[in-house]
Amino acid sequence: MKSTTLSLLLGGLVLAGGAHATAAEHIHASHAWIRVLPGDLPAGAYVTLQNDGDQPAALSGASSTNYADVMLHQSSTAGGMSRMTMVDAVTVPAHGKAVLAPAGYHLMLMQPGAPVKPGEMVQLTLEFTDGSTLATPFIARPANAMDAGEGHAMPSMEKGAMPRASGH
Amino acid sequence: MKLCRAFLPALLLAAGLLLAGCQHDEPLPLRLTNISGHMPDLDFKLTDDLGKPVTGADYRGKVTLLYFGYTHCPDVCPLTLAQLHVVMQRLGSLADGARILFVSVDPARDTPAVMHAYVNAFDPRAVGLTGDARAIEALSKRYRSAFSREPGSANGNYEVTHSSAIYVFDRDGRARVLATPSASQDDLVHDLHLLLDTGAPR
Repeated sequence: MKSTTLSLLLGGLVLAGGAHATAAEHIHASHAWIRVLPGDLPAGAYVTLQNDGDQPAALSGASSTNYADVMLHQSSTAGGMSRMTMVDAVTVPAHGKAVLAPAGYHLMLMQPGAPVKPGEMVQLTLEFTDGSTLATPFIARPANAMDAGEGHAMPSMEKGAMPRASGH
Repeated sequence: MKLCRAFLPALLLAAGLLLAGCQHDEPLPLRLTNISGHMPDLDFKLTDDLGKPVTGADYRGKVTLLYFGYTHCPDVCPLTLAQLHVVMQRLGSLADGARILFVSVDPARDTPAVMHAYVNAFDPRAVGLTGDARAIEALSKRYRSAFSREPGSANGNYEVTHSSAIYVFDRDGRARVLATPSASQDDLVHDLHLLLDTGAPR
């Protein structure tokens, strides 16, 4: 009896959730990869987010069972200086996309629990400002990788250019 | 000098170029920003990633690419080193005549052991250099480079804002090229070929 009540309750919650489309429901993640660095050094994670919804969405961060902390960052270069700043959110425009790529927006993954080896898949839960989440597998790539690798080519990266940091 | 004087009545621009050419014994048609004669020779006293004390003179005979960064930098430093690795790969066996010198601007966290694992994850010809804060500051100032530690977060983590330039030195330790972050890899490969063809390897 108790379990029936619970499933009814859960069913109701799922229905209620369906009535209002969440940001995550309209987001498709691709080119998701992590640049793995030795030891317990923080790693950068990158992903392209496509929004097929009529409303803009905003990525506010991520979490992972394998990392103690994940921060949303932006690299920038001004006056010949490279700096990294925390950002509250990255907007994914309606019917548009947001690109988290080297020298720009990225997720900084800190304090790995188990060591991550290139080739492994790491699950990150992307979090949006409306509270919705999107579980996304990220491929772990070697430190000297340039992108997500075969089958994950990044057409948005300017080929042959040195890191060009900018506030997108 | 005789040659220069003969051409002086020519167009001002042409004359200027010729004069510039005459000042150096071997003007190289470098594509990136030519800093020959404008920056001091490679000189430092630091510790390499094997824990060995090294000086700039230890790298005479090699073409060196000097870049300041730190290992807790998850985005721009790895990207730059990964791109330098691609450049080294494009040089093929010639790359053995070059070294990437990655100098830590965060010596408090970057021990030789940390630096060793880090640089070797990028390229076998990369050397990690660390040392005491004053020695690193002296090297940074020598090349009008700069870095500053940002306020830390609650968990003790902090970021370091640093110059993004790559300084290239010839086999004699003379500063030759300044590569900005937006420089093309083709141009860097081109200039490295010129520098690797110049001077005697040791």
